[in-house]
Amino acid sequence: MKDKFINFFEITGFTWFVPVVKLISGDAREKQAGELLKMVGIPILALIIFLGLWHVGAAKVVTSLGQVPGPVQVWEQASILVDEHYAEREKEKQFYQRQDKRNAEKLVKNPDAEIKVRPYTGKKTFFDQILTSLWTVFIGFVVASIIAIPIGVISGLSDTLYSAINPLIQIFKPVSPLAWLPIVTMVVSAVYVSDDPMFSKSFVTSAITVTLCSLWPTLINTAVGVSSIDRDLINVGRVLRLSYLTTVFKIVIPSSIPMIFTGLRISLGIGWMVLIAAEMLSQNPGLGKFVWDEFQNGSSASLGRIMVAVVTIGILGFLLDRIMLTIQKSFSYDKNAVIR
Amino acid sequence: MEKYLNIDHVSIEFPTANGPFKALDNISLKIDKGEFVSIIGHSGCGKSTVMNIVGGLYQATTGGVLLEGKEVNEPGPDRAIVFQNHSLFPWLTSYENVELAVKSVFKGKKSTAEMKEWIDYNIELVHMSHAKDKLPSEISGGMKQRIGIARALAMEPKVLLMDEPFGALDALTRAHLQDSLMEIQSNLNNTVIMITHDVDEAVLLSDKIVMMTNGPAATIGDVLEVDLPRPRQRLELADDSRYNHFRSEVIHFLHERHARKVA
Repeated sequence: MKDKFINFFEITGFTWFVPVVKLISGDAREKQAGELLKMVGIPILALIIFLGLWHVGAAKVVTSLGQVPGPVQVWEQASILVDEHYAEREKEKQFYQRQDKRNAEKLVKNPDAEIKVRPYTGKKTFFDQILTSLWTVFIGFVVASIIAIPIGVISGLSDTLYSAINPLIQIFKPVSPLAWLPIVTMVVSAVYVSDDPMFSKSFVTSAITVTLCSLWPTLINTAVGVSSIDRDLINVGRVLRLSYLTTVFKIVIPSSIPMIFTGLRISLGIGWMVLIAAEMLSQNPGLGKFVWDEFQNGSSASLGRIMVAVVTIGILGFLLDRIMLTIQKSFSYDKNAVIR
Repeated sequence: MEKYLNIDHVSIEFPTANGPFKALDNISLKIDKGEFVSIIGHSGCGKSTVMNIVGGLYQATTGGVLLEGKEVNEPGPDRAIVFQNHSLFPWLTSYENVELAVKSVFKGKKSTAEMKEWIDYNIELVHMSHAKDKLPSEISGGMKQRIGIARALAMEPKVLLMDEPFGALDALTRAHLQDSLMEIQSNLNNTVIMITHDVDEAVLLSDKIVMMTNGPAATIGDVLEVDLPRPRQRLELADDSRYNHFRSEVIHFLHERHARKVA
């Protein structure tokens, strides 16, 4: 039981839980307490110092929207955002109750009456926006991976193809999402025309921008992983007379899995950063739009609310990275390799 | 009489920036079925190149290799190779590594149950049944090489090619694996070509030692028939005068006669 917990925390990267588990189960208490102090105590101390500096520093800067928020004000805004979320949900519930009641009454008066069910159109709460952002980045990232991994594998296998696409990779890789966005927006509005679109245009624009920027690390890492495969492993495949496709699926891809995941992890990190900028400009109702709207709104609470979004973006980015790390570790065949 | 494996006037040139580089010149060697042949020579003399040509990984520039009268010009499971660095697939367990080979060689020839039995049999042959579900990263270098040998044997090769199979191992593990290999060889009576740079290994294991001159344009300097009776015991042979005679022959070749004879 204990070992299971320890293993889980080690794989997910939450190594500082390990001494907690050991401490609870009563293994060498003093040593574990020391470990714990080192692993948890020092980061907490650093955090406290950071909050202190923030508190003091923020109080000295006054903008046209008032004083820059310190940790206390940000915390207040965070709880307001949570309250707003619940208030909005309550409103939504009441709206549907009223609608159902109205429709029921109509049907009682006249069983043939046409009833209308309208969706609630209240404003998106902070949590809805978080979900929109996560969904958008997920779709953009998945599309990027579906494109990048096969191209990476093929160009890793063929030197000719690699030298053909390498200049393109090098040129497009450093391009900022903000440069892509206007083009993507125009192309999407021209091409993605439908009376009943499955996705909104702003969503498609943001997702494509994420795709364009998060393609490259996966592509490059996959190509490098594939081309640096041990020649002897390929020779084993030749001795066994494996077909080209079998070689690719049984030897090439498994051996480059660690590099592919390294690329995917970097890609997701970049995608998440890009997403916020893309949402700001394309008005996709996610965290980026939230920040932009608060900035435009310009109330005394705005800076605090933006700061809440900043911290949220940071924490979510960290969690996404941790999820990728966990997947990466569980796919790594060398259990001794140190992956951070 | 046509020999089992016939390496016939093989030369190979590699293209380089300064024109072609002739690595091997006019290598001719005939090997009987069930013979254990070692190829010994200094580093870089092209021992491995000979093996790669027999294995079909390289193509001879002139001359060719005949196995049972048929020319060899591509790799195949009838000439299984044991590589120096084991070359196991690190993401597959020992069993799965052997399984991959067995499945691709015996597809349509053996039933699933027969394949399983055959895989287990070969893993048992190298005494690795206890670790068959371990990944290569979880077992020692000697154990990895055992699985590498099991994988090659499981292909039921006509010729087993071994490229310095024990070169990366420590002396004790090496001795242990040599004993295992002799034991397997006495049961299966395979035709084996082994590349080595270890004199004792060559004398202990071989029926025939092929001594190569230094490159470039390396060729066969001399062939030594080792007619020591089998089974051979490492400890008994240590004081055996004939064993020591063979040993000194090889050492003398390597240290005095390795340069190419001027024709």
